[in-house]
Amino acid sequence: MYPGPLRNLIDEFARLPGIGPKNAARLAFFLLRTPRDEAERLSSAIREMKERTTFCPICCSVAEGGQLCPICADDRRDPSVICVVQDPRDLMVVERSGSFAGRYHVLHGGLSPLEGIGPEQLKIAELEARVQDGVVTEVILCTNPNVEGDTTALYLSRLLRPKVAKVTKIAAGVPVGGDLEYADEMTLGRALEGRRDLEA
Amino acid sequence: MRQLDDEAVVLRSYPLGEADRILVFLTANHGKVRAVAKGVRRAKSKFGGRLEISNRVHVNLYRGAKELGVVQQADLLDGHPTIRTDLDRLTGAMAVLEVTDQLAQNDLPDPRLYQMLVGCLESYDDPSMVPTLIGPAFFFKALVADGMGPEIEVCARCGNAGPLVAFALLEGGLLCDGCRRGRSVSIDAVHLLQRMLGGHLRSVLHEPDSLAGSEVAALAAEAIEGALDRRLKTLRSTTNF
Repeated sequence: MYPGPLRNLIDEFARLPGIGPKNAARLAFFLLRTPRDEAERLSSAIREMKERTTFCPICCSVAEGGQLCPICADDRRDPSVICVVQDPRDLMVVERSGSFAGRYHVLHGGLSPLEGIGPEQLKIAELEARVQDGVVTEVILCTNPNVEGDTTALYLSRLLRPKVAKVTKIAAGVPVGGDLEYADEMTLGRALEGRRDLEA
Repeated sequence: MRQLDDEAVVLRSYPLGEADRILVFLTANHGKVRAVAKGVRRAKSKFGGRLEISNRVHVNLYRGAKELGVVQQADLLDGHPTIRTDLDRLTGAMAVLEVTDQLAQNDLPDPRLYQMLVGCLESYDDPSMVPTLIGPAFFFKALVADGMGPEIEVCARCGNAGPLVAFALLEGGLLCDGCRRGRSVSIDAVHLLQRMLGGHLRSVLHEPDSLAGSEVAALAAEAIEGALDRRLKTLRSTTNF
């Protein structure tokens, strides 16, 4: 129905996560009406991202031009503690909290037996190699609080315990600012399991 | 406009859009049903935690003209906390959910399969039960329920009382030396299988792991994969766990 180039663009947008055919057409028509230089900025941003973005050789997070990521390149970060996250976006979330001064490791996914995703599809061998030299004394498993995240955390715990002094998992519980009344049973159950001493 | 109000187990979950999920339920009285749970991936979702895979819930769905319903309310009946903290139980339960997803039909009630699944998940959640043979027992019982249960008392080909030394599902089950096909089995594995499917499952599930148990688990995996005519992703991806 649409001319070839427009149809191609709609098809490409429709392949993106969360974009259906209607949204794809909406985005394509928006770009059709956009001045040429603005559309080219988008095009060159995509090209540049694909050409220059690489993965950090240490933590497997996103980096630029084959270099270390800013966190692995920062000598002030504590190398003895590694926070393991499933996705580079999770790393950014933990960084925004300002509560962690160690280093990271990005797995690029979670173990999902139902989807057939096993350890070899994730950056687990790289993590295992990082803890071999005895510098790392704690690994914090910061995986999602769902079945995939739990499977990943349990597997990593089994794998790393003989090699690292301390393997911990982030606590799960009621969101700050929320009312207990609205917490579901699973979340509240985990919050009670993870309770700790209160020092007045 | 159609409301569906039933007890269900969450079999699968797929992310949808920004914060939604598509969930696959096996319901007690309405067969396999798919529905969208809106906003459940957000940390402050009011029922995200209840709709995790393997949870047993009381669910209320709105089903309009489309096949996909919308979850309106979910109350947790059993969150299986032990399963979620033990890797072997968790991966075993996932294999059972994958098989159930393959066996269950959309909108076709199968209360027997539902009860088998609920019982199996409760066994996995019981710390006193050894998890190794819970899933394999479910696979064999599912085959029996589908009329494909293996012959385990006499040779499936010639009816000879034994000794039974091999197993081939396509031949009907255990085989004697003269009819030997498929996979060789030890005498201990034969006795274990006979006890497991002969009314002593509960005591079998309380026994420690053994070589015979591993043999029976391998037979069960081969049998269910043969019956489903597909390889189970869960079994393949957890081999090295």
